[in-house]
Amino acid sequence: MYKIKKENLTALYAAIAAENDLFLPIKAAGQTNFGLWTENAEVDIDTLKTVKSGKDIFFPQSETLYKVRREEGKFAIDGEAPRQTPFVVFGIRGCDVRALAVLDKVFLSDPIDSYYAARRQMGTIVSLACGKPATSCFCKVFGVDCAEPEGDVVTWLVGDTLYWKAKTKKGEQLTEKMTSLLEKADEAAVEAEQAAIRAIVEKLPYSKLSLDKWGAAAADANFDSPIWEQMYKPCLACGTCTFVCPTCQCYDIKDYSTGNGVQRYRCWDSCMYSDFTMMAHGNNRTSQMQRFRQRFMHKLAYFPANNQGMFSCVGCGRCVDKCPSHLNIVKVIKAFEKEGV
Amino acid sequence: MQELINKAKTLLESGEVARVLGWKKGEYEYDPEPAFFETSESLKDFVYNGFCGANLSKYMIEAGKKEGKTLVFLKPCDSYSYNQLLREHRVDREKAYIVGVGCKGKLAVSKIPFEGILNISGAEYPDAAETLTVETLYGTETIAYKDAMLERCHVCKGKEHVVYDELIGESADTVDADRFAEVERIEAMSPEEKFAFFQSELSKCIRCNACRNVCPACSCRKCVFDSTAFDSEQKANTTSFEEKMFHIIRAFHVAGRCTDCGECSRVCPQGIPLHLFNRKFIKDINALYGEYQAGSDLESKAPLTNFTTEDAEPGVGRG
Amino acid sequence: MQEPMHECKHNPGFMRDTLVPQVGIITDIRTETPDVKTFRVEALGGGKLFEHMPGQCAMVCAPGIGEAMFSITSSPTNKLYQEFSIKRCGVLTEHLHSLKAGDQILVRGPYGNNFPVETELKGQNLLFIAGGIALAPLRSVINYCLDNRENYGDIDIVYGSRSADDLVQRKEIEEVWSNIPGVNVHLTIDRPQEGWDGHVGFVPSYLQELAFDTNRTAILCGPPIMIKFCLQGLKEMGFAMEQVYTTLELRMKCGVGKCGRCNIGTKYVCKDGPVFRFDQVDALPNEY
Repeated sequence: MYKIKKENLTALYAAIAAENDLFLPIKAAGQTNFGLWTENAEVDIDTLKTVKSGKDIFFPQSETLYKVRREEGKFAIDGEAPRQTPFVVFGIRGCDVRALAVLDKVFLSDPIDSYYAARRQMGTIVSLACGKPATSCFCKVFGVDCAEPEGDVVTWLVGDTLYWKAKTKKGEQLTEKMTSLLEKADEAAVEAEQAAIRAIVEKLPYSKLSLDKWGAAAADANFDSPIWEQMYKPCLACGTCTFVCPTCQCYDIKDYSTGNGVQRYRCWDSCMYSDFTMMAHGNNRTSQMQRFRQRFMHKLAYFPANNQGMFSCVGCGRCVDKCPSHLNIVKVIKAFEKEGV
Repeated sequence: MQELINKAKTLLESGEVARVLGWKKGEYEYDPEPAFFETSESLKDFVYNGFCGANLSKYMIEAGKKEGKTLVFLKPCDSYSYNQLLREHRVDREKAYIVGVGCKGKLAVSKIPFEGILNISGAEYPDAAETLTVETLYGTETIAYKDAMLERCHVCKGKEHVVYDELIGESADTVDADRFAEVERIEAMSPEEKFAFFQSELSKCIRCNACRNVCPACSCRKCVFDSTAFDSEQKANTTSFEEKMFHIIRAFHVAGRCTDCGECSRVCPQGIPLHLFNRKFIKDINALYGEYQAGSDLESKAPLTNFTTEDAEPGVGRG
Repeated sequence: MQEPMHECKHNPGFMRDTLVPQVGIITDIRTETPDVKTFRVEALGGGKLFEHMPGQCAMVCAPGIGEAMFSITSSPTNKLYQEFSIKRCGVLTEHLHSLKAGDQILVRGPYGNNFPVETELKGQNLLFIAGGIALAPLRSVINYCLDNRENYGDIDIVYGSRSADDLVQRKEIEEVWSNIPGVNVHLTIDRPQEGWDGHVGFVPSYLQELAFDTNRTAILCGPPIMIKFCLQGLKEMGFAMEQVYTTLELRMKCGVGKCGRCNIGTKYVCKDGPVFRFDQVDALPNEY
């Protein structure tokens, strides 16, 4: 266990950034999101939830897959090389780290997605425990301990001191390089902080959500429930929930004309969008009810059915905070809990 | 609030309306959702308080396609949106029973700067207090009602409903800011400063389309940005150019029709002050063609769709 | 973690993801019907772009226009090239129909599972039922079985279309398939037409007239309404759902079960399909 004064963190960031790209929560135009550290960046590790999760760093909202050059009617393909340089993610919370395990199930299953896999290999994760969990948090329901997040290095911000503990080989390598800035610490302060955090988590209103009605068996059991029809109507069919979600991984592949060629890129897509499943001769999810159902069934039933019971939700609560119509996964879980099926 | 529920019950039970469009209780005071109620029994979940900011007028497009009348509760500013939809033949007035509800200014939980908010009292209607008491996981806090109000309420269009079948409840005067002050501040910037301002705001955009989907003026059956037939179908912020195009094209498209209801800014997950684009257009329209408030009536000719020989010719290079 | 990248054999020097296509060249185009063309595609240096199994699909892309999944209509037993029979029905297919031999396209694949030609179908009598363009995915299986004739029993092919002009691969059907011992081809068109002396009527009713015994495995593909009535007919003849196969189609972007749109319940059509047995289809939620 090591520690560093909060006021010295800028030196730590500079030291990390000297050798690696450093991604961390940065406040810009009033909102905090993960971004690349620069000397002028306003680092904000106090805000509990970045608007977008840390998903972007491993699965960017938009990324080029390849470029096609067109010369005299012939095509030549220049593939985008997967990331080859190491980077560090600092200040990512327990729920967002767990979300990477969910994304791994998708992108690291056969056939492996080279772009994502390379970023996972190159990235070192320095997570940050949540000192003040919020009302909308329910990570406990999915077995995440926000007092002891996963990661290569785990940190705790206690008062004006950041405590630092390496958990993996990657984490130890990073720690070794930072030893001149870190001083040895004992565990006492962190243990007290963890006890305080866990006490708050116990009091969180959503910590006791029941997932009994969900999991693989729900794929059949909940599909035809009348609850979907009752609930979907306020849904605006926007993509807010999917884009702030750390586990939503649906994507589109699109072309961007560059004049004498085409840039083929992949971008986040949303199952809430009306054209998501539309093709030239038909669409299998024509109503917003079906699209609404798809999102929650995917997270709470289909995904666990295909991934040994793992849910595709980590309880970060961003959709709870951000839905323009105040519709969210918690309300869905509770509706099924209440009414049964 | 009980008066609204009673009205809804009476009309549902008499069969005069087939459904009621209002707001449904959420988990807390601060997360009510727009909802249709079809039985008297279901009205037990009806709520109307300071957090019912959602403008229900756009839902009336879909409601109008259903059998029977829909009772809808509209706040004064919402009624402008409804009127504008009426002008554009997007809603069926015959199938609406409009109850104009009083409004004391609507609140945004995002404007309450406390962590772990559990319950908020003081936001009730009609008994809204001047101070909100906020119970959090970390203790109890207070904040002035007006400090938690949506931006649009500080520049409220007024207490009058422009369309209704009946009125229930009083409204409060919430204006304490100049509607065009922020637009003027930006107008006074140098081109470089303006560019920097909009770039910093719009680079936050995640293209979730919440602003478009909530906008009552965005009622096209198929948006040009969703069409596969054009390059404009862009879900991602592929380039900063793309982001700027989206919001500016949208602002152009709703110019002269935007009532300044402020829903775009209310729903933006990244807190982009999108209303500023629309308000700039409103300010210019007012200056060039005379004062005009979209949705205020059904008869007046809209400045951008009506040619007169006296029309100003906005020149190029006005900056 | 597994090694994520593999060296691209067609363009050494960069690592290729499964989402990155190869350049293919169209070496021949046959006009099958007024709105269906069959495209022969080869690798730039000649030969096939990749190996596939009957029923598998590939993503065909015209850069800047679009990319979509098409079944590979040629049989893997064809060692020289691959073929796609494509109906004109949208922006991409419209563009593909405007191409000429010698033009290039991008192809990636193969994707999905395949008809179990080496397992469940082996040694069986086979009944193929198709309508319109749906012959395209079945043609790869039919030719595979015909090229390995000794591995399969009697083969019946019931194929129908709106008119005689809309029958895809008519030349091959009449000149090749019809002349192979043990293969019976039953063609039908929806409405009478001058010069047509064959059967007239919809596929499902023709199927009932033909009254097959259940000592065979059926492979059924066509528009949803045809599938519905054919399936009903097969049930009445006593076929079990375990005896009937089909191939499904939904919108796809990635082809590898990750982009999230072609699922029906827990199954991804691109990865777990496109070939399903009807008892498996019945177990899926009604969303296709």
